[in-house]
Amino acid sequence: MADILVVLEQRDGVLKRVSHEVLAAGRVLADASGGQVHALAIGGPDLSGDGLGAFGADRVVVVGDDAVKLYQPELYSATVTDQVQSGEYSAVILSATAMGRDLGPRVAAKLDCPLAADVTELSSDDGIVVKRPAYSGKAIYTLRVTSSPVVIAVRPNAVAPIDGSQAGIVDTGQVASAVRAARAVTKAIKQPERHAVDVTEAAIVVSGGRGLKEPEHFSLIEDLAGAVGAAVGASRAVVDAGWRPHSEQVGQTGKTVSPNLYFAVGISGAVQHLAGMRTAKVIVAINKDPDAPIFKVADYGIVGDLFEIVPRLADEIRKIKEN
Amino acid sequence: MKIAVCVKRTPDTETRIKIASDGKSIDEAGVKFVLNPYDEYAVEEALKLKEAAGSGEVVVVSVGAASAQETIRNALAMGADRGVLLKTDAVSLDPLPTAKLLAGELKSGEYDLIFFGKLAIDDYSHAVGAMVAELLGMPAVSSVSDLTVDGSVGTAEREIEGGVEVVEFPLPAAVTAEKGLNEPRYPALRGIMMAKKKPLDVKDVTLPEGGLELVALTLPPQRQEGRIVGEGPDAVPALIDALRNEAKVL
Repeated sequence: MADILVVLEQRDGVLKRVSHEVLAAGRVLADASGGQVHALAIGGPDLSGDGLGAFGADRVVVVGDDAVKLYQPELYSATVTDQVQSGEYSAVILSATAMGRDLGPRVAAKLDCPLAADVTELSSDDGIVVKRPAYSGKAIYTLRVTSSPVVIAVRPNAVAPIDGSQAGIVDTGQVASAVRAARAVTKAIKQPERHAVDVTEAAIVVSGGRGLKEPEHFSLIEDLAGAVGAAVGASRAVVDAGWRPHSEQVGQTGKTVSPNLYFAVGISGAVQHLAGMRTAKVIVAINKDPDAPIFKVADYGIVGDLFEIVPRLADEIRKIKEN
Repeated sequence: MKIAVCVKRTPDTETRIKIASDGKSIDEAGVKFVLNPYDEYAVEEALKLKEAAGSGEVVVVSVGAASAQETIRNALAMGADRGVLLKTDAVSLDPLPTAKLLAGELKSGEYDLIFFGKLAIDDYSHAVGAMVAELLGMPAVSSVSDLTVDGSVGTAEREIEGGVEVVEFPLPAAVTAEKGLNEPRYPALRGIMMAKKKPLDVKDVTLPEGGLELVALTLPPQRQEGRIVGEGPDAVPALIDALRNEAKVL
């Protein structure tokens, strides 16, 4: 009975929400095969694996060591590979975050096994079948896994965390000893002075485009984002013009987002932008051009001058929140 | 400084995707193909490093059909010295077989650096660069938005959620390029003319078997067209009402 290994992710000793998502994905495969979900949490000495049973883990292995407080590609990939080889696993599941997108391929290469990246749906019936976007969401691949094990990177926000009832036994593991001396070493994480929620992790995103006319006018977007509790996103046009950093770009050469609510403000809706946000649950478009393609994918639209609409919207939302 | 850059031919970002009659691939009729946008940053970074070093060679390597020669010529027009096409009509949706072909080609090249785009905008796997590095046993840094090379030591900034990781590594190493790493140059007419005469070695290869079988390629479900709640700022209350009471997301 093969088990499923789920690799969790932490920042500053706190497990990220995606860790609960990958546990849910692991549960889907384990329940179909009758195996167990084993979670591997790698981080600093104070990292805790308590309470993960409720999210679907049968067993949790915590590797807490100062050497792996930050994501260290070589130490993490060797530790995950050691864990896979110490048991009988049919799949390794991680989240398609900056960490998972780097770690997944390394583990797959070490294990000489397939990698299904950026998976949005997975099931197990007669073998594991996954769906993943192609051409940045303009099409969808359905893929059958034909060898075991397989590494699966699940896109953030694609699988909802579960409320499980596993007991969740917590064990302690060790950093793979063979490679204590890594070559490439992560020295530090640099964060912008004003720490912002990343567009890929936010439940609400407010994005601005060329309709804002001037980079300074992005203060309107920031104000609305502040009022509604959202991350700020940007179209390719304004990133290429140097108004906003690339880390905020939503679209085919930027980030793919699946928030609960997406505001597209002054964004016409080029295909490359739609590719990055079409899986948002609810899309709101504000644009002066009633024929803008963005209205074709928006659930709700307001036609008109964003310079009048956006401040009013921010004010009204603030009023509601105050009450 | 000897540098390799691995590139891929991909549909342009403005492409509207149509599914071919086999239900497993895209209809390529009318599709414009380009050098994968992230690979342009990789090529530019390699050229800048070679120029800074004052000497060296930039070799462009691709896995793909005969048509990928055009893609390699684009990189040669930017200034790379020569190209290698590992020619196969087979396509793998598992990135490891592609990585194995590239690693086989690169292993005896004694490269100081191997660059990749962080991902190809068609498959979006974000995998081949790190896999090649693993197969060759060299350090790698992915999604790099800032790179400094000082002798045999590199320092890279790697984009993560809400910040960057600062990574130090020894050469030889593999680096995958994120947007923002540099501003890729446009090939000048002279470069385009010269590129036609630069060496491009075409080698027939067999793609190793992967572990993913393509069942279907389909279009995503269409979003239901929504509604315009109104015009101008007076429509704001109607929008808020819809978001709170209809969509229940606010």
